Amino acid sequence: MSSSLAVSTKLNLQAHPVDEVGIRERVARLATRSIKKASKVEGLKLALSMVDLTTLEGADTPGKVRQLCTKAIHLHSGRKDLPMVAAVCVYPTMVRIARETLQGTPIQVAAVATAFPSGMNPLAVKLADTRYAVGEGAHEIDMVISRGDFLRGEYQRVADEISQVKEACGKAHLKVILETGELGTLDRVRLASDLAMQAGADFIKTSTGKIQPAATPEVVLVMLQAIDDYYRKTGKRIGMKPAGGIANAKAALNLLIMVREILGPAWLTPDLFRIGASKLPNDMLMQLEKERTGVYQGLDYFSND
Amino acid sequence: MSRSRSKNKGARLDVRKTYKMLMGGAFVRSESGRALDVEGPGGKWLGYVCRASRKDFRNAVVAARKAVAGWSNTTAYLKGQILYRAAEMLEGRASGFREVLQSTGLSSAVAQAEVSAATDLLVYYAGWSDKFLQIFGSVNPVSSPHFNFSVTEPMGVVAYVAGEKRPLLDLVAGLAPIVVGGNAVITLSTGRAAVAAMELGEVLATADFPPGVINLLCGLREELVGQMATHMDVNALVTQAGDSKETAMCRQACALNLKRFFPRESISKGDEDPYRILDTMEIKTTWHPVGG
Amino acid sequence: MTKTKIATKGLDWSYAPAPESADHFQLKGQYGLFIGGKFFPASSGKRFPTINPATEKILAHVAEAGAKDVDQAVRAARVAYEKVWRKMPGRERGKYLYRIARILQERARELAVVESMDGGKPIRESRDVDIPLAAAHFFYHAGWADKLGYAFPGKMVQPLGVVGQIIPWNFPLLMVAWKVAPALACGNTVVLKPAETTPLTALLFAEICQEAGLPDGVFNCITGAGATGAALVNHAGLDKVAFTGSTDVGKAIQKSLAGRSTKLTLELGGKAANIIFEDAAIDQAVEGIINGIFFNQGHVCCAGSRLLVQESVEKEVVAKLKARMAHLIVGDPLDKNTDIGAINSKGQRDRIRDYLKFGQEEGAELFQTSCSIPQKGYFIRPSFFTKVAQSHRIVQEEIFGPVLAIQSFRTLDEALEKANNTPYGLSGGVWTDKGAKIFKVTRGIKAGVIWANTFNKFDPSSPFGGYKESGYGREGGRHGLRAYLECL
Repeated sequence: MSSSLAVSTKLNLQAHPVDEVGIRERVARLATRSIKKASKVEGLKLALSMVDLTTLEGADTPGKVRQLCTKAIHLHSGRKDLPMVAAVCVYPTMVRIARETLQGTPIQVAAVATAFPSGMNPLAVKLADTRYAVGEGAHEIDMVISRGDFLRGEYQRVADEISQVKEACGKAHLKVILETGELGTLDRVRLASDLAMQAGADFIKTSTGKIQPAATPEVVLVMLQAIDDYYRKTGKRIGMKPAGGIANAKAALNLLIMVREILGPAWLTPDLFRIGASKLPNDMLMQLEKERTGVYQGLDYFSND
Repeated sequence: MSRSRSKNKGARLDVRKTYKMLMGGAFVRSESGRALDVEGPGGKWLGYVCRASRKDFRNAVVAARKAVAGWSNTTAYLKGQILYRAAEMLEGRASGFREVLQSTGLSSAVAQAEVSAATDLLVYYAGWSDKFLQIFGSVNPVSSPHFNFSVTEPMGVVAYVAGEKRPLLDLVAGLAPIVVGGNAVITLSTGRAAVAAMELGEVLATADFPPGVINLLCGLREELVGQMATHMDVNALVTQAGDSKETAMCRQACALNLKRFFPRESISKGDEDPYRILDTMEIKTTWHPVGG
Repeated sequence: MTKTKIATKGLDWSYAPAPESADHFQLKGQYGLFIGGKFFPASSGKRFPTINPATEKILAHVAEAGAKDVDQAVRAARVAYEKVWRKMPGRERGKYLYRIARILQERARELAVVESMDGGKPIRESRDVDIPLAAAHFFYHAGWADKLGYAFPGKMVQPLGVVGQIIPWNFPLLMVAWKVAPALACGNTVVLKPAETTPLTALLFAEICQEAGLPDGVFNCITGAGATGAALVNHAGLDKVAFTGSTDVGKAIQKSLAGRSTKLTLELGGKAANIIFEDAAIDQAVEGIINGIFFNQGHVCCAGSRLLVQESVEKEVVAKLKARMAHLIVGDPLDKNTDIGAINSKGQRDRIRDYLKFGQEEGAELFQTSCSIPQKGYFIRPSFFTKVAQSHRIVQEEIFGPVLAIQSFRTLDEALEKANNTPYGLSGGVWTDKGAKIFKVTRGIKAGVIWANTFNKFDPSSPFGGYKESGYGREGGRHGLRAYLECL
């Protein structure tokens, strides 16, 4: 229920049909790209630098978050050539401890907010949630859209919520989570992407990671195409973040291939592309070690924090 | 009947086979824990098979229902490949099957012929997988500006009661046309046909069928046919070699959920018949306007 | 956004070479003719080389069949037909075809590599499309061999006899499958002549027939060029000829068969229109253009070589097309990342270059990507022409290369008129999100294969063939069997 909405978006949503079979075929063909040797090492390091290392559990504690932040800074002993991850992503009450642990590093602190993951709270509560997280020191806010409203066709309301949250973010940058697994069709994913970008998103993000399906390659492709069209129309570069279900290094490299071939090299930077994951870095580290030593690795040799 | 089998020759003891039922992709015993004796010619005791209960049938239906969506969406090409693979597996075990069939009383020549025929029948139906729609479907020239087409669709979960005369062949001739259309099947084999059915389960389990598409039960016909005919989540029932009393009972029981019912004779006129595929398919017709 | 680090520039990430290995098999130095189940040199001893169009190196020498060899092959096929193949029950014939299908799967990688080396197409295409489809054609037709009585209601069927087949160089092994599988399934025996620039996978196929135990003479393969083809077509011992290739040669074949009772089917050229409406899923339509004309270097008879785009979305489509084309990698066919491989031969490369010249001379505007291409070998960058007129040669004639002609239209009727304004009629494409419009357009296009919201899709169960000067007869599906049977 919105009382007085100070900030509102002028929406200009246009139908942009998406053919699901065509999308699946394009995804399959992109996945046949063979990334070897130097380009594989480069890609893995780039992907590592794009990770938002995430812990979003009800059972999170300062100890757990401290551990995660330490891993973020120091992914693996014995290699001096590894980047740090882009950010750490936590619940609002864990922002302060994350900021403390990451003091002096360039690693950002992202907080989920707006009654994550469901978003089923009044706007006032969601705004308070956002302001709290920003006050605690979050550099980035990952918000959720109101899927129920979206599915009912209340696009203006959904957009206005986003622009209100953006205002509450202040200097923090805003990622808007579409929760694509609940949207049903790729046409709706496209529509939600356009809506979010028009409403002020700095990044559009696929999922909360709390339901399946999460960041499927098909959904990622549709969102990247939406970003491309928005850039052509407005000159603004919006970032993209797939989150949830990115199981291994190969999946991460496939994402980079998609970004490169849909948006171009300009987007191959953590400023415009992030990968939300928790266990992914170790698989990428194993691949990097395999490239360096020539032998396949096991998880025993990588820290499990 | 004395339950002692022939003695071992030589010092080495062989490892005896236990027969279990293929259900939901795994081999299980009857949940009732009951068993049936398997008799060879002259009343010779061969061993035990499961005596499937109504709960076993119920569980099989659950497994089959779970499998239907995936199997009916499998491409015709892949379904054909899987059935062909079943033929490859059966061919590879031809001599083993001959022995099994002979032990239940078939002559060597008849056993040989039956194994070859069953293998060829799997190949036959594999070959129909990507063709029967071209025979049974149609585009219909309606008088309005619409594109109108009819396609076949599998009914879903089908139960099949096999005869005993041709232990292996009656089973294959029944289940192959049912599954090639995209249905999941639960079969019942009885009497001397039970062992061949259990062995066939091992062949089918290695042929890449997704779990639950084929479920092979063995037990007593009189105990189970009624269950099959009254179960509300079974879409069709095919029986072979049923007597008139059983057929009448089935027809009446199938009325409960309008289960489609197909009684077949004891010796079939011809095992190679694409219309058996059509028996367990629905026909769906769609209209779409043609215009700007 | 608040950052404690400086914003980073995007990484200029490129793909390292990813070569497919070719060391798990070995090509022979030379191959003979495959007649009556065995390999023989040509009776004249003549041979010719087949080269790799990406490296210009010789891969092997193959025999050049003369009239005498052709005669021997047709006789062998006749003997096999009369003595073995026509008598064999359909069920057993089918089993041979299943065996062949299985071996095609077993030797898939080797066949894909040889196909790319001999013809120039990217390994990704031969591995993911050509070889699997070839196996699928054998699986599909194997199943028909004992079911032909159901194929044509009211008709009893029997085979024709000995069939002569001539195939082109754009999908060498797949064309073998399209021709041989239905012919054998229907009970005929075959003498096949592969294209002179791509004989190798047909010869490996002959080996596979040996491995499958196919009775001698049921399949025969005679290599050679135009003269060999003519000798085959003119042989009086054939009951049927099947030809895939250029319209000109197809017409010549029909003329040479005049006065004989030999049956004929032809699958010839095309100049298909790919029609994009304003209400299409534009991004997928752009990918459809790519698939339509740049797939297989544009060496596709059913290629979408003309783009008809609704004027209201022309600018957007062309802009997206350019951006998409920039990511196409032209290069070594054996590199797994290559999108566009080598042009099949020097002759074909020169022909395409000629058209690029004509187009510009006629006043059209050429766009080509600026990707790198290898120094050696025959390569052409993906190209398109705008500012074209319906009467331009580049719009009327089949170029058979990665060159697209772009025209605009305003109404559906205009699109249909332009699409049909050609002597060809093989294929077409329509892109729109509106179902009723799809059916109206597909009903209106005069072509044998129409793709809606997709392009260049093939399946053994789906009939393929043309209207008008794109040929006659269908291949694939139940309809495709008709060409290989006498229906009584």
